[in-house]
Amino acid sequence: MKQLRTILWAGFCLLLVQPSGLAQMLINGAGATFPYPLYSKWFDEYARIDPSVRFNYQSIGSGGGQQQILAQTVDFGASDGPMSDENLAKAPSKLLHIPTVAGAVVVTYNLPEAPSLKLDGPTIAGIFQGKITTWSDPRIASLNPGAKLPNSDLVVVHRSDGSGTGYIFTDYLSNVSKDWEKHVGRNTSVRWPTGLGAKGNEGVAGQIKQLPGTIGYVELAYAHQNKLPSAEIKNASGAFIVPSVESVTEALTTAKIPDDFRFSVVNPPGAKAYPIAGATWLLVYQQQQDAIKGKKLVEFLQWALTKGEAMAASLDYAPLPSDLQTKVLERIKTIKD
Amino acid sequence: MNAVTEPLRPATASPVAAGAVADRLFKGVTLLMALSVFVLIVLIGYELAHQSTLALRKFGWHFLTSSDWDPVSEQFGALPFIFGTLVSSGIALCIAVPLSIATAVFLTEIAPYWLRQILTIFIELLAAVPSVILGLWGVFVMVPWLREHLFPWLRGTLGFLPLFTGPIYGVSMLAGGIIIAIMVLPIITSVSREILRSVPNLQREAAYALGATKWEVTRIAVLSYAKRGLFGAIILGLGRALGETMAVTMVIGNRPQIVASLFAPGYTLASVIANEFTEATSDVYLNSLFEIGLVLLGVTVLVNALAQLLLKAFAGLSNQTQR
Repeated sequence: MKQLRTILWAGFCLLLVQPSGLAQMLINGAGATFPYPLYSKWFDEYARIDPSVRFNYQSIGSGGGQQQILAQTVDFGASDGPMSDENLAKAPSKLLHIPTVAGAVVVTYNLPEAPSLKLDGPTIAGIFQGKITTWSDPRIASLNPGAKLPNSDLVVVHRSDGSGTGYIFTDYLSNVSKDWEKHVGRNTSVRWPTGLGAKGNEGVAGQIKQLPGTIGYVELAYAHQNKLPSAEIKNASGAFIVPSVESVTEALTTAKIPDDFRFSVVNPPGAKAYPIAGATWLLVYQQQQDAIKGKKLVEFLQWALTKGEAMAASLDYAPLPSDLQTKVLERIKTIKD
Repeated sequence: MNAVTEPLRPATASPVAAGAVADRLFKGVTLLMALSVFVLIVLIGYELAHQSTLALRKFGWHFLTSSDWDPVSEQFGALPFIFGTLVSSGIALCIAVPLSIATAVFLTEIAPYWLRQILTIFIELLAAVPSVILGLWGVFVMVPWLREHLFPWLRGTLGFLPLFTGPIYGVSMLAGGIIIAIMVLPIITSVSREILRSVPNLQREAAYALGATKWEVTRIAVLSYAKRGLFGAIILGLGRALGETMAVTMVIGNRPQIVASLFAPGYTLASVIANEFTEATSDVYLNSLFEIGLVLLGVTVLVNALAQLLLKAFAGLSNQTQR
């Protein structure tokens, strides 16, 4: 009996020290919630192409993503807004911003008969600052001569939680309205002058669907899925653009992209560009700590910026324009392991 | 091998000493468990204070009196959140306490035996509903109903009070209070039921013997005997109400403001942490959110301390009237 026990214990110990050569490599990332559906699809597809590596992504928010990559607890971070200079200075070594895809923020509303509205920057700023309080206000009516606008109160709905969507929207408003820039500013979370706060894109969409007379901002995908109307926004060239994947890629084509890829593409000059758009970034250290992990990460990034981009449009994300893609691929080549 | 055996000696000196050791061990282990709760709370408080030093240093007491919550210019003030937490919890208690105590009285004094078990099960089921699910129900079912039926009715009948004026959105301080009431109802009911059940039957029999009616028995013999226990149950419910997060943030409107109207949106301490913590990128912002957590802990401790003081005053008064 005692011999049997010894044999069982020995076998158990052998199991524990089994060499893990067949084990999968795990690469951890954390951050933005906006690209999460697309990244999930990418990781899923990539696991089929390279089964030796598995990605684990936690969508804890851009703030969390930036904190974790600075603390080096994850292998890559993800953020909907570029890192501030203050935060970037805290990085122990050079941190690269790799833009992956872009998205549109649409202005959506709940009006009887859901007319198609045209709005411009200063009007939107006025609405969200609480200066325009009824739908029949001349500033809205002048942009929409044919539409039947009720005389009811305008109720603003904004995000109560901090978000990349909020960052893009406030970035746009700061760009088109000096008053907004001075009194409110741009950030993932701001002090909204008026309106109700709802949690998440789904919260805002839900609130707008339920309460007539509301206006708010959501991501393109949410407006499509909830069958909410999207306003046509006047861009810098004067044309009213319908938000779509194509008009967002247009925006990226015509915007000025700085060398470190920490760009803002709101209100770009292009004729067909949608003005309220923004990209999302992966944050990766140029000098990778772990040689094998670094190599696998670089391979994934190269796949994502080539094959992965093709999957973006089906999920309502805008792929990067081809010349920007080339530049980003060049930057990825500089990652050393 | 020589099988020389020696008479076996017992391992311990005597059975009495072994019992004493076990007793001391038992006492020590239970003391450790009890202290661990205290230590946990102190550690939480310390950690919150430690993580909010930047904000504490920058704002000082001004944090508690300022209404400015501006992440862009990094000016933070907790007053609207403190107001929101206290008001929504207050509304919740106003709604839940009469309902809970009445339910508890019904369950212990009046209900037939077969009904008691069924009702108890349902009340405990309500306690088991997760906060988020209740929040979803609140957003999709309760808020539209409030907006279309209850709030206009309140405005029509009680509109002369500043509490029921202003535009009606549905999401509001009152909606937040109602949903917290639904969440604390089961707790207060369960604890009150236990308290009322523990009232000795002798008290009831004595009252009946003096010729009291059923209501008088309940009032004189049961409720006044159980006063302190019921108060404790209410404080337990209040503790949950102060910290309730997800359900509240879905229906309260999330607007940091201090207004008289209950139809206006509000914001609570727990909601702002839940909403803004993940995306807070700058150090002062994060520290301010930790400080909100510290303020919430402080408010909870303060309210509990006030309640204990009130209880003591209560006991003092009742002792005096008895003499």
